[in-house]
Amino acid sequence: MYAYDEIDRTLVNERVSEFRDQVKRRLSGELTEDEFKILRLQNGVYLQLHAYMFRVAIPYGTLATNQLRALAHVARKYDRGYGHFTTRQNIQFNWIKLAELPDALEDLAKVGIHAMQTSGNNMRNVTSDQWAGVAPGEIEDPRIWSELIRQHTTLHPEFSFLPRKFKIAITASDHDRAAIKIHDIGLKLIKNEKGETGFEVLVGGGLGRTPFIAKTIKQFVHGRDILSYIEAILRVYNQYGRRDNIYKARIKILVHELGIEKFSREVEEEWQHIRNSSLQIDDEVIEDIRSRFTYPAYEKLPHMPDELRQAAADPDFEAWRKNSVAPHKAQGYSIVTISLKPIGKPPGDATAEQMDALADLADRYSFGEIRVGHEQNLALPHVAKRDLPALWKALDKLGLATPNVNLITDIIACPGLDYCSLANARSIPIAQELTRRFANHELANLIGRLHINISGCINACGHHHVGHIGILGVEKNGEEVYQITIGGRADEGAVLGTLIGPGVKFDEVADVIEDIVEAYLALRERPEELFMDTVKRLGVEPFKERVYATR
Amino acid sequence: MPLVNGGKIVDDGFVKLAVDTPLPESGDILVPAERFIGNAAALLDRAGKVGVIWPNNRDIDELVPYLGKVATVALVFPTFRDGRAYSQARLLRERYNYRGDLRATGQILRDQFVFMLRAGFDSFEVKKQADAEAFMQTARRYSVFYQPTGDGRITALHRRMQLRHSEGVGT
Repeated sequence: MYAYDEIDRTLVNERVSEFRDQVKRRLSGELTEDEFKILRLQNGVYLQLHAYMFRVAIPYGTLATNQLRALAHVARKYDRGYGHFTTRQNIQFNWIKLAELPDALEDLAKVGIHAMQTSGNNMRNVTSDQWAGVAPGEIEDPRIWSELIRQHTTLHPEFSFLPRKFKIAITASDHDRAAIKIHDIGLKLIKNEKGETGFEVLVGGGLGRTPFIAKTIKQFVHGRDILSYIEAILRVYNQYGRRDNIYKARIKILVHELGIEKFSREVEEEWQHIRNSSLQIDDEVIEDIRSRFTYPAYEKLPHMPDELRQAAADPDFEAWRKNSVAPHKAQGYSIVTISLKPIGKPPGDATAEQMDALADLADRYSFGEIRVGHEQNLALPHVAKRDLPALWKALDKLGLATPNVNLITDIIACPGLDYCSLANARSIPIAQELTRRFANHELANLIGRLHINISGCINACGHHHVGHIGILGVEKNGEEVYQITIGGRADEGAVLGTLIGPGVKFDEVADVIEDIVEAYLALRERPEELFMDTVKRLGVEPFKERVYATR
Repeated sequence: MPLVNGGKIVDDGFVKLAVDTPLPESGDILVPAERFIGNAAALLDRAGKVGVIWPNNRDIDELVPYLGKVATVALVFPTFRDGRAYSQARLLRERYNYRGDLRATGQILRDQFVFMLRAGFDSFEVKKQADAEAFMQTARRYSVFYQPTGDGRITALHRRMQLRHSEGVGT
């Protein structure tokens, strides 16, 4: 955990007081809605279909239990008793009242939580691997660097009014759980041949109307230079990114139009001017940030405790363990993913009661720490294996032990037309219907790893382009129509999915997905061949035939 | 539109000329870049100060040869959403060492004051009277800054280093 010091606390409080003044000016009419719009977006406040929506940052997905309790408190006091975890390590509250927002922010500020730059055309919440610091084989904890970059990008005097939003993600593992290749800047922490820490820097990834996978702009940027290198990229983008058309304003379009070679030359030239400036970070600064992350004092525990051995006789426990429990860097410990995808419910939602109860469990079983991942699930990062059976029982009582992590019902979906003013089609009801179709655990398990991603409009908040199966809702002649892609992925092998054919109606989507899954089960060479591998081997044709033969 | 300079509302001594406004005999003038470039010698020769209004999509390099001669540079925020002039301001101050007056013009609200001060602006054509009057109070709103810029304010990282060292001495 990163502990705020007086400096961080002061800044957050100053921001709350500024926002209070902005809300006051809006309510008195001193600010027009047009002016206020930009200001509220800088602080995570959208106007949705029914009410204001408030998006709160969970930088690099790390939460302490008092912070999770504060989120529960906001859900209860200012909203309708629940919150929605997003694909970028944020939580959204959908029914907030404008006049109460400053108070909600003040309550969150007390535990070091803010909503700065969770929307708007600025540098957004810095995201990272939800298993940072505990994943086996990690180069080093990427949260140290995430925090450094979080600070540097917060209220940046030059880059707070960019052509468009700007997202940075960081990973330090070979297996990329932070989806860095679909970010404006993706950073992969690596060591050079001298053993020094640095980053492979990728740029220009993003989904939306014109999806691109990020390209490597520099193979190695030394850790001490990472802020100046990011600053150079941003300066080129701020000046030359398009501002004439909102759909062409992301950095991916600039990189595409200039070409990565020309773009990287521009960045390099700018970087040479500023790399030997006060942006250079010395080791002491890194050590200072590192010193404010606390790590659990792990016990020496057996790899296979008796409690786990005994619980293995319970098939329900085993079903959950196999999907939700992952190896930890410390022997005798596990990382436990908490599915927020119960059958028939909206993906990513948690009630205030669940958040409070989970905070209690984290205090008891996970050294007071919770993580949030881009798959819209939570995790307890330090659970002793001997505690797994007791934890499972407690989670099950809370409705938080659905054994479907990474399975077909572990769906990523945007809020869609049920909440969002940008949406053209519903997302949540599609997700709910699909979880019902594949509710049988045996069936889901037989299918194996399969990610379905659903977006209710072209803005792609549900990351449909990179779902193994992607579902995009559009509007055609006043009707919701869904386009289906297959073969996408968001990890280190990120690739965009391929459209299988004409869009289908709302009522047909679940049938089509069932057809695709049946085709896969018939086509796969062996049970271990995952859906995405079958698609890679055979292409979309056999799936297309199956889906459209009878339609 | 009130002009704020040195934290106070002041009279704007400059007359803004369009591309084709006849040149007044004397007095201080603010001239669009396209009129200034190519005509600089004549403009600078007459009595009265000359400032230039530099659009946010024109390369600042072009202005560099004249930086010692102009009395003010006005950078433009066509809407406050458009932040290109923040980069131009920092380049003028931090790369080209421009020490003269740097003015922000366009849609300027109090919510930009701190960013603008940090980027190096010192004059502000503020859109609303109430914002102009609230300038000093707004400029002091923040006491913590995470990024180093040419304004020389100490960053959070450096303040922490100072704290560490002073604590180190005591123990």
